[in-house]
Amino acid sequence: MKRGWFVPIAASLGFAFLYLPIVSLVIYSFNESKLVTVWSRFSTKWYGELFRDPQILQAAWVSLKIALISASVALVLGTLAALVLARFGRFAGRTLFNGMTTAPLVMPEVITGLSLLLLFVSMELTFGWPAGRGLTTIIIAHTTFCMAYVAVVVQSRLVDMDRSTEEAALDLGATPVRVFFDITLPTIAPALVSGWLLAFTLSLDDLVIASFVSGPGASTLPMVIFSKVRLGVSPDVNALATLMIAVVSVGVLGSLWIMNRRKPTNRNPQA
Amino acid sequence: MRRLLGASGKRWVVSVPGLWLFVFFLVPFLVVAKLSLSEAAIARPPYLPLWEWDDDYLTVTLNIGNYRYLIEDTLYINAFLESLRIAFFSAIFCLIIGYPMAWYIARARADRRNFLLMLVILPFWTSFLLRVYAWIGLLKPNGVINNMLMGIGVIDQPIPMLQTDFAVYLGIVYTYLPFLVLPLYANLVKLDESLFEAAEDLGAKPVHTFLTVTLPLSMPGMLAGCLLVFIPAVGEFVIPALLGGADTLMIGKVLWTEFFNNRDWPVASAVAMVMLVILVLPIMLLRNAQSAAEGRT
Repeated sequence: MKRGWFVPIAASLGFAFLYLPIVSLVIYSFNESKLVTVWSRFSTKWYGELFRDPQILQAAWVSLKIALISASVALVLGTLAALVLARFGRFAGRTLFNGMTTAPLVMPEVITGLSLLLLFVSMELTFGWPAGRGLTTIIIAHTTFCMAYVAVVVQSRLVDMDRSTEEAALDLGATPVRVFFDITLPTIAPALVSGWLLAFTLSLDDLVIASFVSGPGASTLPMVIFSKVRLGVSPDVNALATLMIAVVSVGVLGSLWIMNRRKPTNRNPQA
Repeated sequence: MRRLLGASGKRWVVSVPGLWLFVFFLVPFLVVAKLSLSEAAIARPPYLPLWEWDDDYLTVTLNIGNYRYLIEDTLYINAFLESLRIAFFSAIFCLIIGYPMAWYIARARADRRNFLLMLVILPFWTSFLLRVYAWIGLLKPNGVINNMLMGIGVIDQPIPMLQTDFAVYLGIVYTYLPFLVLPLYANLVKLDESLFEAAEDLGAKPVHTFLTVTLPLSMPGMLAGCLLVFIPAVGEFVIPALLGGADTLMIGKVLWTEFFNNRDWPVASAVAMVMLVILVLPIMLLRNAQSAAEGRT
């Protein structure tokens, strides 16, 4: 089993399976032909087309705004939730708290989307807020499911970290809040960065939940892509996909690099 | 942390995320439950109120009709069964493809593991919608795969692949594969190497070692991974909508149609309630499997 040929070949096929569609997207985004999958010659004209499409540009702007705000709010709420789960031990309602934090991760999106929309509609009928649906409601919805992801990422880091520095600082008379900001936060910083990035990309990517809770005038990028794609394959979507893949790859590789460089300093948070 | 923060500080830290989740995650389910018992109407919003105050009389109208409708119209039962079947087999296919990957990463040199793990995670970070979209270009009649097969003369007519159940399976297995590989890897990497050596020294063939030692020990990871594929796949909408045909009935798509096309919010809510009830058991199983896989109980 250990030195057999079966596992490496099967694993390589698995990796190839993961990357085949992505590679084909990138290749065909440089195809001149309008028939997406018939290669004619190299061209970047679909990229130009993309930047001249006001609908896509506007949707991209809407999505970016939503993702920036939701990821940031989710980072704060998710980190607090992670602190509760990792450090507070047992308390009344812990099971409920734990369930509410982890359930959004696996909840089918149609259920989350529908339930939030119905909540917003009932709230509007009862309290008059939120008036109508749009950016605000999408941000609330995205924050809710993104904070679950942040909580998972931050919690595992909190559980793994060495707590002796925290305890030393407390023994030396630092206040708990000071210890949190001076020691805990810098130590879990890499987890905070990847949690925020994960929340950001998840928000940028969400179609189903946004479709439910969105209102007129607030079309996100995935909503525009979906309506384009439903009508058939379009080459400018390939170009858009390639750009997004490039941005994500650079972001992920960059954050990995930062985290690897940071690793030796973990033992000495002051450095 | 008990020592770190006073009782009031602690309460504050719990209540901020707790309150948010209570209002925006738990209460919404109660609203769905309420709406599933109301009656559809041509109004804004398109349903009748559940209770009314009228001169000291409280009239509560509970409408079970939405649920009866789900039972009577075979469309819904079929869609539920079909979704469960597709989700179940997708999880099994993910396991078949993902197990060698997880095993390979777990047994790789320690300095290569992070790189291999990143290869698994990277597609997960790139847009889900666009990755599903990529398969349209590959699968359609004049798509990449058919063109290639026709080019080398294996077939002379394109095989219909897009808008079939096959495409739906492929799409689900493809997008959810990382969900299976990661927890299974976490389980496998913790297994003690000496166990395999002992089995080998005692003369067990590799296949035998795998079946009697590795497989049973990786049960929690396999179960957690399969459930992480199964649960969201049951309610999947995007994949059947883009890759499936008109006759691919999945419950997520049915709910979407009820809501957006038929504007029948009460029936959509009833569908969501039934889906939730079906998923409660797998979600609880998942929690147990996850804590078992992490070695915590």
